[in-house]
Amino acid sequence: MTAEATNLSAAPMAAAGPRNRPGRGQQIRGYLRRNPSLGIGVAMIAGLILFSLIGSLFVDERMARPLSAPPSQPPTAAHPFGSDSQGRDLFAVLVYGTWLTVRLGLVAGAIGVLIGGALGFISAYFGGWTDRIINFVTDVLLTVPALLILVIVASAIKEGLTPTTMALIIAALAWRRPARQIRAQVLVMRGAGYVNTARISGAGPFEIIFCELVPNLLPFLVASFVTAVSAAVLASIGLEAMGLGPKNAPTLGMTIYYMMNFSAFLLKLWWWIVPPIAALVILFVGLYLINTGLDELSNPRLRRRA
Amino acid sequence: MYLIYVLRRFVMLFLVVITAASLNFFVPRMSDKNPVLEKITEMSESSAPGSVDMQNLLTVFNERFGLDRPLWEQYLSYIGDMLTLDLNYSITSYPTRVADMIAQALPWTLGLMVTATLIAFLLGTVLGALTVWRKDSRLLQITVPVVMVFSAIPFYLIGLVLIYFLAYRAGWFPIGGGYSITSFPGWNWEFIADVMRHSILPASSIVIASIGIWALGMRGMMVTVQGEDYMNFAEAKGLTSRRMFLRYAVRNAILPQITQLALFMGQLVTGAVLVEIVFGYPGMGSVLLQAVDYLDYYTIYGIVFVLILAVAVSMLILDLVYPLLDPRTRAQSH
Repeated sequence: MTAEATNLSAAPMAAAGPRNRPGRGQQIRGYLRRNPSLGIGVAMIAGLILFSLIGSLFVDERMARPLSAPPSQPPTAAHPFGSDSQGRDLFAVLVYGTWLTVRLGLVAGAIGVLIGGALGFISAYFGGWTDRIINFVTDVLLTVPALLILVIVASAIKEGLTPTTMALIIAALAWRRPARQIRAQVLVMRGAGYVNTARISGAGPFEIIFCELVPNLLPFLVASFVTAVSAAVLASIGLEAMGLGPKNAPTLGMTIYYMMNFSAFLLKLWWWIVPPIAALVILFVGLYLINTGLDELSNPRLRRRA
Repeated sequence: MYLIYVLRRFVMLFLVVITAASLNFFVPRMSDKNPVLEKITEMSESSAPGSVDMQNLLTVFNERFGLDRPLWEQYLSYIGDMLTLDLNYSITSYPTRVADMIAQALPWTLGLMVTATLIAFLLGTVLGALTVWRKDSRLLQITVPVVMVFSAIPFYLIGLVLIYFLAYRAGWFPIGGGYSITSFPGWNWEFIADVMRHSILPASSIVIASIGIWALGMRGMMVTVQGEDYMNFAEAKGLTSRRMFLRYAVRNAILPQITQLALFMGQLVTGAVLVEIVFGYPGMGSVLLQAVDYLDYYTIYGIVFVLILAVAVSMLILDLVYPLLDPRTRAQSH
């Protein structure tokens, strides 16, 4: 967002050369000053996770289950966020639900980037038929609307769905975009001088991938991870809002589903409606800000464009 | 050379659609639920006990839909159906044809989504173009980042926020539905006005959530165009700023936006599913969700196949048109 405007200050720093290179802490501080959205985003996500961690010290997980509080209570001292119409304590729901949803995103995002990254590297590095087959599979799966596959799979195993299986279902499709993006990046880097040097000096393909390519792609991988986390949370909330999520877990998406299904709007239970939406908005905006903040890191060309 | 490229793309389209359709066939079969049993259970629950001969119905329906035959036979006849665009009958609401169900739901979905997408596209593109052109306007420089942050929030959440403030607190709009229960569907002004009133919130949620995406794309293109030689030339010729903006900058920057729009349209219906659920809007999403609930194979197959086809064909058209428009991609494709 503001990357372009503040980039002028970046140029002399980059040109300073190795002799009087600023220290690591100073570098990070400089980066954060140029990309304030990264800091804000990290603070938002950290705030959510902290809320969830600290909250879990004060409230029992069982309070997030139905019948643990009197139903449809507005916020009181005993139940600071009130309770829903089936008697879940909404403070407990938010504390445990936030963590469940964030964890799902992290797990699915990590799996997505690992598998997608591996496929992307293999595909770009080996080329030929390997590349063609991997590419074809990715193509096909990108054509099929992901949400629909997820809807069908989730409905097929609706009974006994847990937050962990949910994360795995979503991870099963989370690798498609990273695979495509990482492949494109590796294709560009494959011809770089240092890769050729390594090859001539007798390094094997896996050595080149792990010692030469991966470290250089790290910023890009981090950015792709953030995108994958965001996409995974998006998909999970979508599924859960349709009622295809884990019925017995108080995730944020399930809370949205219950809220819609039990007509919280008609019953005028605002304390049931506002917190989960607010938590999700903070989560999505936070991830988005981190992503834009990482732009410069993963795409150094942005730094020069001013 | 272009002909070979076209042929290759068509073969690719065929393979992609067949593979995607096969996935579509096998995934619902992973469930241990039986759609016919679901239907019959529902029937017997809603009628007098003992009045439904379950065993007989089960046999009749299994035979009617070929569910008693081996899986590979069912698969082959399914692929045959899809290739001839025969979408078969719905199991749950037999004897309604799936094609008829889609035909009834599609206008709602398309009407809402196409209108909302076009509005978002226009607003976003204008906004994106103006931020680059009018760097001095503070209002614009603040609006665009805000609009972009909105694009990070999924539209169904924006929808819920809108329902909360405008329908629930202010009471200006209905909380959901496609039209009021009291109004009678028909081509009269009263009904049309009612439908419009019901569509404002869902449409706004889509517009708010996607303006940023269009603005970002247009901004990127405008920045690139501004550095081009013909812009300097136009300035040297002494053209008015307005003319330069419209005829030179926007005209050249808008092409990728329009291709994006074409791609977006292919995926519209998928995006509609959740909006329809949040707003209880009658359309493809609602039909699909109900079909998934009862595991109505043929309705699921039909709707998903239409979606796959829409996405694949819009991608094909883009791939075929691109080399004609942009010589650089033409060189690459050979």
